[in-house]
Amino acid sequence: MASAAGDSETIRITLPESSFEMFRTEERPSLEIDITKEKLMQMYTQMTTMRRMEMAADGMYKAKKIRGFCHLCNGQEAVSVGMEAAITSTDHVITAYRCHGFTYVRGGSIKSILAELMGRAEGISGGKGGSMHMFSESFYGGNGIVGAQVPLGAGVAFTQKYLDNPSVTFALYGDGASNQGQVFESFNMAKLWDLPVVFVCENNKYGMGTSANRSSASTEYFKRGDYIPGIKVNGMDALAVFRASEWAKEWTSSGKGPLVMELSTYRYGGHSMSDPGTTYRTREEIQHMRSTSDPITGMKTLLVDHGVATEADLKAIDKEARQIVDQAAKEAEASPEPDLKEFFTEIYVKGSETPSIRGREPGETHYY
Amino acid sequence: MSIISKVARRSISIRVSQQKRGYAAGTAQPQDGIQQGVAYSHLLKRGPEDALRNPELAHISAVNGETTKMNLFQAVNDAMSIALATDDNAVVFGEDVSFGGVFRATTGLAEKFGKDRVFNTPLTEQGIAGFAIGMAAVGHTAIAEIQFADYIFPAFDQLVNEAAKYRYRSGNQFNVGGLTVRAPCSAVGHGGHYHSQSPEAFFAHCPGLKIVSPRSPIQAKGLLLASIRDRNPVIFFEPKNLYRAAVEEVPVADYELPLGKAEVLKKGSDVTIVGYGAQMYTLENAIQLAEKKMPGLSCELIDLRTIVPWDVDTVVESVNKTGRLVIAHEAPKSSGMGAEIASTIMERCFLRLEAPIQRVCGWDTPFPLIFEKFYMPSMIRCFDAIKTSVNY
Repeated sequence: MASAAGDSETIRITLPESSFEMFRTEERPSLEIDITKEKLMQMYTQMTTMRRMEMAADGMYKAKKIRGFCHLCNGQEAVSVGMEAAITSTDHVITAYRCHGFTYVRGGSIKSILAELMGRAEGISGGKGGSMHMFSESFYGGNGIVGAQVPLGAGVAFTQKYLDNPSVTFALYGDGASNQGQVFESFNMAKLWDLPVVFVCENNKYGMGTSANRSSASTEYFKRGDYIPGIKVNGMDALAVFRASEWAKEWTSSGKGPLVMELSTYRYGGHSMSDPGTTYRTREEIQHMRSTSDPITGMKTLLVDHGVATEADLKAIDKEARQIVDQAAKEAEASPEPDLKEFFTEIYVKGSETPSIRGREPGETHYY
Repeated sequence: MSIISKVARRSISIRVSQQKRGYAAGTAQPQDGIQQGVAYSHLLKRGPEDALRNPELAHISAVNGETTKMNLFQAVNDAMSIALATDDNAVVFGEDVSFGGVFRATTGLAEKFGKDRVFNTPLTEQGIAGFAIGMAAVGHTAIAEIQFADYIFPAFDQLVNEAAKYRYRSGNQFNVGGLTVRAPCSAVGHGGHYHSQSPEAFFAHCPGLKIVSPRSPIQAKGLLLASIRDRNPVIFFEPKNLYRAAVEEVPVADYELPLGKAEVLKKGSDVTIVGYGAQMYTLENAIQLAEKKMPGLSCELIDLRTIVPWDVDTVVESVNKTGRLVIAHEAPKSSGMGAEIASTIMERCFLRLEAPIQRVCGWDTPFPLIFEKFYMPSMIRCFDAIKTSVNY
């Protein structure tokens, strides 16, 4: 890589005026970002690697190497990458099932993610969780039941306040999940007890096959917290997400209580690999978003315009990302499935299980 | 969407094309000489005369004997279409049902009956159930869909504390007889923790609810219409693995099949085998294997159809005849329906039992992803239980 490798030179980026919209607060994040070239390149690399990883998963699913349900985040890379750039491992993240990208930025290796998708022993959850249940340090998954992760996020935030750890907990959910009762229950608890949690609505315009305006009486998700201040962010712009996440972290770390943050984003793929994604929206719409708002292309343009890297540099990164992902995929595919004894483990904590559990018929009993 | 076949078909040698999709319920290679899976099942009625030979359908063949080839989701669709056509107060709603639903069960209904009768709800199971109960309390026919049975738990409070107790607590001033909740259930080969569960036992423990689970398209249509029209709240669990895989000649008429009545699918004298839903096909194969390996053995196969209230008398009559009972279900063993059936039969048939009652169920673990094959009460396991029972 030529110009920007390990470059701690800081440059100033000004975000567009339209990046943030506020609710119930006079404060707003500044549009000026001072960021090192190195960090910018890292964000770019993460996004392009994530995109390649998801595309590899797509191919593997179609080749039936991955079974079950697989929800890809193509188009939504700016969300996880932008957020991660603003936080550390003492901050916490919990999201729903579209979690591969988050797992990656929160420290999961590509190999462990792809292996988990294929149900291998070296998968990040030992092959027992699959696509929707990936975890890492300070990242609580990866949750299959829609909306169930939001009260969990509130609970995580509570522990941070209890332990006097100034931090932020991002509890993410989608536009579909925003109508779950438990989301509102979490809002109330968070505001009542001033929890350092940011409820992040990752609005990708569709709850599976139902568009946001057909599921929600109000699609202004950043205002749905009612008594909780809100911010709406362009979720296709990684730097806007970064700035907003930094600002949100300052907010919660200084004891100001919860926030609702809406990230306006878009998914190119269907809801999952079982959904073509074209029965409820037009191909033109998808194409339009790809060509005008792609987060990776957007970052690319920014890097080139600010002289941080050349097109050639970025192409080289893309190529390297592809190689890294292909290599990881190969290794993951070659890795073994979990031992059958894992079928019985971790139901209860080790050492406290019942002496045996019953199998399918009286003769089939497993003894611990 | 349904293929009309006016030509009467011979039901002798039926060429059933094996679906290419990896998760279709059928194995390519016969195991122990048994060709497993729904595609090869003799339980399905593939010819019109076969379908109408059913004594429970005798009343319709006189009036309108026309049948058409349908799979399970088409049969469910047809039942809802008839319900909507014959009951002006019937509505169908749930997540994503407008475009046809994730399993196509509601295809065409919105176009045919209008958006004010077939509509999407937001993603809110508790809301869907509560909303449905409210409608039913005023006398509407609310046909609510929960997208996967695994997601039914936020609605659990509404169903158990509101729906089940409405008539009782109001001294019959109000009731939610018009409530039917449909949900795809059971394993599909790769569903993992949250797309494979069979939660019937959780609801079976609640007086006031009825639970029904069909094994085939003809059964699904008749049982669903009966469930919708039954004046009690009914939860209708549709085995998702059968949506495409089970295909039969289904009568086009408006017909119902009785709730609370089990069906004896195969008469036998040596051992009674009881199941419901998709498990029937596994049991069919297990019986084929058992009767092959133990010549002279004669097994009786019973489909409960209605899980609550289950047809105690039919099972008792059978066990009194055979003296042996094997129960199978996908749901975990502990406190599953098998436990309830075993206890009741023990009470009623104690002196007639020749062997302990065998239960072949899922393991007492969360429904696994990668280990699914080891979890499921498969043909071999069911065969094993039959053998144990018979050789006791």
